[in-house]
Amino acid sequence: MSDLHTVNKSPFEKNSLESCLRLSKAGSAILLYEDGVYAALKGTAVENMIASAVGDKKVYVLGPDYKARGLADDRMIDGVEVVDYAGFVDLVEANDKVQAWV
Amino acid sequence: MKFSIQVNEGPYQHQASDSAYQFTKAALEKGHECFRVFFYHDGVLNGTRLTTPPQDDRNVVNNWTELAEKYDLDLVVCVAAAQRRGIVDDGEAERNGKDATNIAPRFRISGLGQLVEAAIQSERLVVFGD
Repeated sequence: MSDLHTVNKSPFEKNSLESCLRLSKAGSAILLYEDGVYAALKGTAVENMIASAVGDKKVYVLGPDYKARGLADDRMIDGVEVVDYAGFVDLVEANDKVQAWV
Repeated sequence: MKFSIQVNEGPYQHQASDSAYQFTKAALEKGHECFRVFFYHDGVLNGTRLTTPPQDDRNVVNNWTELAEKYDLDLVVCVAAAQRRGIVDDGEAERNGKDATNIAPRFRISGLGQLVEAAIQSERLVVFGD
């Protein structure tokens, strides 16, 4: 019984990522996409929030959205996994429910 | 696996319509089934055939229509959201005394019950938008 949580807003614009991390259970999968990908960057004010979530939750980034914003791979927080749209589909299939945090 | 998609944001607003389209396309290409795509709130603006984006930009509305033609998708626009935003088909034009229609090919206007049914009939409902 695991859930997929999707976050599509930047953590510097809205607090949906914070809500998602606070309310999601251990073992959940979290997909950062659209402007949500900014949360995966090292050296930001929310780095610790993501880095500590990586321990008991799986954090994914949608690669095309990360690349579209000109973000370099070596700036990504360790433990975050990159998926493409096919990988996004696989995550939806592999988890029991999908919760969008907007 | 049987998916349904909900789109709550207009095309060219942020990215949700594009994300929903790319996700739906990827799911279909992997052999999954899409029971329905439901357009709600500003998402109903995905269903007007009168948009004319620049030639070097993607045409979100045509993308949906073409995907629907290829995979026989059910693209449903919420009627109450459509009435507020001026998305009109023949039936709505007649009912509300409008002098034109603008619904894009392969889209249809229906009620919120279609979203409830999609949630019940599908194994996953994926929501895109604000």
